[in-house]
Amino acid sequence: MTIRLGGIIVGLGLTAVLVLWSLVPGLVNFAIPEKPDYYAFQEENIAPEGGFSFEGAAGTWDYAQLQRGYQVYKEVCSSCHSLKFVAFRNLQELGYSEEEVRAEAASWSLPGVDQKDGSVIDRPGLPTDYFPAPYANDVEARAFNNNAVPPDLSLMTKARKDGTHYVYSLMLGYGEPDPADQALSPEFETPEGLYFNEHFYNINIAMPPQLNEGVVTYANGPEATAEQMSADIAAFLTWTAEPSLVHRKQIGWFVILFLIFASGLAYLSYKQIWAGVKPKKE
Amino acid sequence: MASTAEGVRRRDWIHIAALSTAGVGGASVLYPLVSQMAPTADTLAASTTDVDISTIEPGQSVKATFQDQPLFVKRLTPEEIAEAVADDTADMRDPQTLAERLGEGNADILVNLGVCTHLGCVPLGAGEGEDKGEYDGYFCPCHGSHYDVAGRIRKGPAPTNLAVPDFEFASESVIRVG
Amino acid sequence: MSFAWAKQYEPQTAFTKWMDEKLPLPRLVYSAVGAGYPVPRNLNYMWNFGVLAGFFLVLQIVTGVVLAMHYASNTEVAFGQVEHIMRNVNYGWMMRYAHANGASFFFIVIYLHIFRGFYYSSYKAPREMIWLLGVVIFLLMMATAFMGYVLPWGQMSFWGAKVITGLFGAIPVVGEPLQVWLVGGFAPGNSALNRFFSLHFLLPFVIAGVVILHIWALHIPGSSNPTGVEVKKESDTIPFHPYYTAKDGFGLGVILILFTFMLFFLPNMLGHPDNYVEANPLSTPALIVPEWYFYPFYAILRAFTGDLTIPFTDIILVPAKLLGVIAMFASILVWFFLPWLDKSPVRSGHYRPMFKKFFWFGLIPCMAALFYLGGAKPEEPFIVLSQIATAYYFLHFLVILPIVSQIEIPKPLPFSITEAVLGKDEGGAGAATAATDMSAGDAPDASPQPAE
Repeated sequence: MTIRLGGIIVGLGLTAVLVLWSLVPGLVNFAIPEKPDYYAFQEENIAPEGGFSFEGAAGTWDYAQLQRGYQVYKEVCSSCHSLKFVAFRNLQELGYSEEEVRAEAASWSLPGVDQKDGSVIDRPGLPTDYFPAPYANDVEARAFNNNAVPPDLSLMTKARKDGTHYVYSLMLGYGEPDPADQALSPEFETPEGLYFNEHFYNINIAMPPQLNEGVVTYANGPEATAEQMSADIAAFLTWTAEPSLVHRKQIGWFVILFLIFASGLAYLSYKQIWAGVKPKKE
Repeated sequence: MASTAEGVRRRDWIHIAALSTAGVGGASVLYPLVSQMAPTADTLAASTTDVDISTIEPGQSVKATFQDQPLFVKRLTPEEIAEAVADDTADMRDPQTLAERLGEGNADILVNLGVCTHLGCVPLGAGEGEDKGEYDGYFCPCHGSHYDVAGRIRKGPAPTNLAVPDFEFASESVIRVG
Repeated sequence: MSFAWAKQYEPQTAFTKWMDEKLPLPRLVYSAVGAGYPVPRNLNYMWNFGVLAGFFLVLQIVTGVVLAMHYASNTEVAFGQVEHIMRNVNYGWMMRYAHANGASFFFIVIYLHIFRGFYYSSYKAPREMIWLLGVVIFLLMMATAFMGYVLPWGQMSFWGAKVITGLFGAIPVVGEPLQVWLVGGFAPGNSALNRFFSLHFLLPFVIAGVVILHIWALHIPGSSNPTGVEVKKESDTIPFHPYYTAKDGFGLGVILILFTFMLFFLPNMLGHPDNYVEANPLSTPALIVPEWYFYPFYAILRAFTGDLTIPFTDIILVPAKLLGVIAMFASILVWFFLPWLDKSPVRSGHYRPMFKKFFWFGLIPCMAALFYLGGAKPEEPFIVLSQIATAYYFLHFLVILPIVSQIEIPKPLPFSITEAVLGKDEGGAGAATAATDMSAGDAPDASPQPAE
């Protein structure tokens, strides 16, 4: 009885505090409509026509596309963005041979140690090396990029909601504010040195538009349109973020089919065991 | 339900099948659990080592790392080669000729794993001024194993010669071990 | 252990006889989860989740030990080590996704287990101790899960750690020194990460220990059942093995299908993208939320937005932050008092018409709302909704439950479990029979009617 009485008192007290000091003042605020003072960014991402090859439960990598995406990363993105969790040896998974990977690694220059005097020198990369960072540190990165640090791209497609499409949308999202939306938030402007991109959460992004038509030339394959390059880099960055993606789904099919089979047997076994315990029917 | 012989057999079959399937499932879970302890991809990728031999003078050794273990690369002098060849026919625990240890097309580059075959200490003798043991090669201070110029066990507890890893000449000046 | 008719272990071979003399472990297992444990014959699928929770505890310990073999608890390298596990360790991605999603499934089955207890009043005498130990397990699970989420040292790890340890700063007088002591610094850093790793490794074994006590306590009165009528005679029960081992085996198969579907096809769905960004103490993510299983409690925490002041003055008696912290802890502590808050002599919700209405149309929507609101942005209308849901939460347990249990008129109970299962032909007669019919019409899941 004491506990129940105490419970009722505590419960009513706590609720009274909540209602009188939090809910009621909150309702007063609620009654005043908030004025949207931000230019709203486009949360819905766009997708390339036909989607990506690795989407869906049975998706697989399009190795030609991943190789094109790597070319885009190497020739465009890598001048500002690192890829620190990916090693050159991983490129073998994109269909390059061991020798090609060795040659590719050697085409990158990494900081090394002079064996004679210990000073820092440039050396060619080895397959075991990870992709080098373009800047020595964040301070240098800021100094070169209008006070913004270009983020590492290894995990970008997992570090954003709907990441693959986000990268694709961001690459193609540059433009001008919609006049109608601009009218709703007249204070909105794009400051000097930033660029309007409706798919960036802050709308104004420090990165200038990159994938302009023809910025890379694909040796053999489709024309390097902005859409094509954006799709290719989005696919490549999906692979860098989750190299096990396709393998994972393949194992998944096998495991789930096995479990469905096993559960079916377990169900039959369970029913057999319980057969004698079921209620008698007239 | 009538407990005919047919019914009993069917019942048993289902339980056996269900339990065996569960057993197969459990056993397959062991595979990733066991294999996760095997060397990781980055460890395996680092399992070849390139050594620049152009700067090694005759009689000089360099120490490198191969699969996280010390590697001795030595350019033998003509005198050392003569000594080793002379010993090819000597009584040894693990008989091997110098030619066998150098491999084809290799006149003077001796590549040994710097791991005593007794209990895994690093033998002395590769560094300048170190004790080379009684046979002018390597000496393991842990339990007194003596290796000769060619890295062959001559005295002490070690059972076999110093291991010679697989290697090839990637170019005139570089050997690739592994 | 509990019933006179429980079968006793009889070793058959020379080895098992020898073993039984020296260390009667097989006897213990036989009586605990074997043929020697008589269980009510009418348990429905809601009684599967105890065994399933045990399975997920084992899964978490096994995958966790594996991950600990490759992890390093240093802020400089922790994030990279997790990526090392994902990329380089053989099947490391599988281990990590199994551990991350395993935590979610552990909480899913535990919540179902707890809500089974709410509906069937499993906390009532003589099972108070089982319930109390269960709440202790839940609290330990929350602490373990929270510390585990910090280990990858992503943005959510860091800011989650900062916000949750910041709660302790709300405690008057000792709050701030306590907060600094907890993380071993002025913000979470290496000291915090190391102690969280150490405790995250330790606590699951403590949980396993309390689980053993939980099961021990269960074996004193025996399992409850959907009618809430106590076991009266041998025909009310069947041996745990093979009947419930077979049923739990099937249940395990079903939950594993769901679990592996998440693991292999949607491994990051229950996580947060921001945790794939390395922790940055200088930049806060746009929205800090805990893992989904903390959402109800996080919603309660955030519901208190106003300081408790003396009306028409500026004197603050209790700041809003402290009110939220008190309410959040109270929301779980209140579970400890349930056996004494609910005084209805009837256990099962099937036979409690008024309680049942408050359960399905009060508590369940309220919890669903709290689960949603805990992950919502802190803006209207979510704040007001979470305040309403929080108010109902406390009213339900502290006010409605004591009063309802006092005034409601329960429906007549079946005479026995056997009667509830087998119907009037084998059961008693008269009034009790009518009750059975009512209950059968009301709740078709009261008896495990195996389909043909």
